[in-house]
Amino acid sequence: MKIHIKNGHLIDPASGTDARQDIYIAAGKIVGIGAMPAGFSANRTIDANSLIVCPGLVDLAMRLREPGFEYMATLESEMEAAIAGGITSLACPPDTDPPLDEPGLVEMLKFRARNLNQAHVYPVGALTVGLKGTHLTEMAELTDAGCVAFSHADAPLTDTQLLLRALQYAATFDFPVWLRPQDAGLARGGVAHDGQVATRLGLPAIPVCAETIAVSTILLLARETGVRIHFCRLSSGEAVDMVRKAKQQGLRVTCDLAVHHAHLSEMDIGYFDPNCNLTPPLRSQRDRDALRAALADGTIDAMCSDHTPVDDDAKQLPFGEAETGATAAELLLPLTLKWATESGLPLTQALARITSDPARVLGIKAGSIELGASADLCIFDPARYWKIAPQALKSQGKNTPFTGHELAGKVCCTLVEGQIVYEAA
Amino acid sequence: MFLNSNPQLNKNGELHHLLSIEGLPAEILRQILDTAQSFVGVTQREVKKVPLLRGKAIFNLFFEPSTRTRTTFEIAAKRLSADVINLAINVSSQSKGESVLDTVANLSAMQADMFIVRHSQSGAPYLIARHVDADIHVVNAGDGRHSHPTQGLLDMFTVRHYKHDFTQLRVAIVGDVLHSRVARSQIHALTTLGVPELRVIGPQTLLPSHVEKLGVHVYHDMTKGLKDVDVVMMLRLQNERMQGSFLPSAQEFFKFYGLTAEKLALAKPDAIVLHPGPMNRGVEIDSDVADGNQSVILPQVTFGIAIRMAVMSILAGN
Repeated sequence: MKIHIKNGHLIDPASGTDARQDIYIAAGKIVGIGAMPAGFSANRTIDANSLIVCPGLVDLAMRLREPGFEYMATLESEMEAAIAGGITSLACPPDTDPPLDEPGLVEMLKFRARNLNQAHVYPVGALTVGLKGTHLTEMAELTDAGCVAFSHADAPLTDTQLLLRALQYAATFDFPVWLRPQDAGLARGGVAHDGQVATRLGLPAIPVCAETIAVSTILLLARETGVRIHFCRLSSGEAVDMVRKAKQQGLRVTCDLAVHHAHLSEMDIGYFDPNCNLTPPLRSQRDRDALRAALADGTIDAMCSDHTPVDDDAKQLPFGEAETGATAAELLLPLTLKWATESGLPLTQALARITSDPARVLGIKAGSIELGASADLCIFDPARYWKIAPQALKSQGKNTPFTGHELAGKVCCTLVEGQIVYEAA
Repeated sequence: MFLNSNPQLNKNGELHHLLSIEGLPAEILRQILDTAQSFVGVTQREVKKVPLLRGKAIFNLFFEPSTRTRTTFEIAAKRLSADVINLAINVSSQSKGESVLDTVANLSAMQADMFIVRHSQSGAPYLIARHVDADIHVVNAGDGRHSHPTQGLLDMFTVRHYKHDFTQLRVAIVGDVLHSRVARSQIHALTTLGVPELRVIGPQTLLPSHVEKLGVHVYHDMTKGLKDVDVVMMLRLQNERMQGSFLPSAQEFFKFYGLTAEKLALAKPDAIVLHPGPMNRGVEIDSDVADGNQSVILPQVTFGIAIRMAVMSILAGN
């Protein structure tokens, strides 16, 4: 299949390209940018006039819910959601049931995902067996099976000695470790940011120090062990400052931000909206502003969807009993564009946070448009506004705090390895 | 959208559900207090019944055990001639089976007119109010740490009964504010009704971290906090907080934050003492004070019935 994408506005953050250029694809690869290769004759031409052509998005946190939570979502439904959102590569956390703690599970997941022939799936393996925080997993075996990093997802890790050993072991083989920093004791029982909203609504609270103490511990252990650390889902301005300093000191540390935390704050809980029960909790407006600024200046490397489909039965409960998380794969692009517009950032810089930067964190060849590279592309209409209607989302999870919002940026077409895997109706 | 607009008021700005004191204008609070005043007479008559809610079905839906509050709601509803159905829902069996919303849907199908809801989770009555038919009213009878609006209102009724003018008062709320839905309701009611100086007194472990944002002054020293106040509102200390990570012991709590005659003497000579009950004598309050002539704890209970009659009759009328 040879494809000619014509008249599109090409934005490739990795090379800094921001111009009207055609793309030529053959045998799954990009064979021409701007100039048509000699003898090229397209089977299919896509007219991208007034549209933006960018690398397929790379999402660092998308829960596919398999194995174990098929009642919430399936690989089929969530992969549909991914490509409808322009995502062509995604990392999935190990918080499945059972957790991704043995090679067979990882191989099965990769196999199932490959057969769907949609986005590339990069599993993040469990750091400890069963995410119980007591025994290390076979990280080398898991890496051979396809794991790109190791994480404890949102499961508590209370034993600092075990954490040290896990980091030492991972550092031995240079396996990256992804951690969502949260002191389990300080967060115990909490469901909302320890701020004025939790005080007013009488919600058990999680203080900012639950995050900063964990960041501090992990940074000290990272210095000790030399391990590559990636902080998942930072929620506070103070934690960002700590990571900024660590980066300045040359530590091998990266971090990401969930789309929700770039736009929402504790105030959005309103009258106990369970869709705003997220992990980590939505914090103050000041924290949100600090996170947005850090994403702009690059302290925060990537924006991720933190896509978490939850079924209605688990969400339509009193706030503190509702399962945390929100569906977001299809909102990653428009919410990134919204942040960029509001922050006055050029698209090349904004799109880097969901393409080349997360690809760098993942250590994969993706997130850029270059000759000879796999043709993973996203074509979207930046001017098209659409209203978020849960029932219209492809994801089986319909839970999002953005219901009813009008957002600009609609994916028109997604290509993976030169195949058109998604086309908007 | 419902989640961001005040779910308690109807299109005309009238009370449709009573979920929290927060967000209610002072006129509505006064309307409830004035209506309750008219019911105080009823509760003292020989025939203690008025036919205002005849034929209405009121469901007491208690997901958390309670005797006192449930009983006062039941008495209030019966005095308004409503049919009362009491349901005590065992929370542990509920977690295995029917969800809150399924329970409510089933009861709605039995032609309920009003739900009186108590739940251990903050915000549960909001969830229910969001999902019931438009003609059903929901009254929060206590949700988690969030709100206990009828308790807050009966406390206001009591304060007004003895002190008349809210705008001249100095009020202190003492004890476990962190876990108290009563305290949150009192704070919102008192600030809405114009109390110029409101204090909370307790150890750091029992005060929410941003309590000053609610418009109160924070005191850790009770002898300073009680100085020259007109009203002392004591809070109940739950048994499970008396020892462990919040407090070392009930004795030590009593030493610093228990209300004794000696400490009460620091308040104005005509200060009144309230307590939402049930009291832990010798933990948050000394018997001398609880039974003394400044205590208005028993009148609170009596007024509680009038307040609940007022709330139910106003809701049914809107």
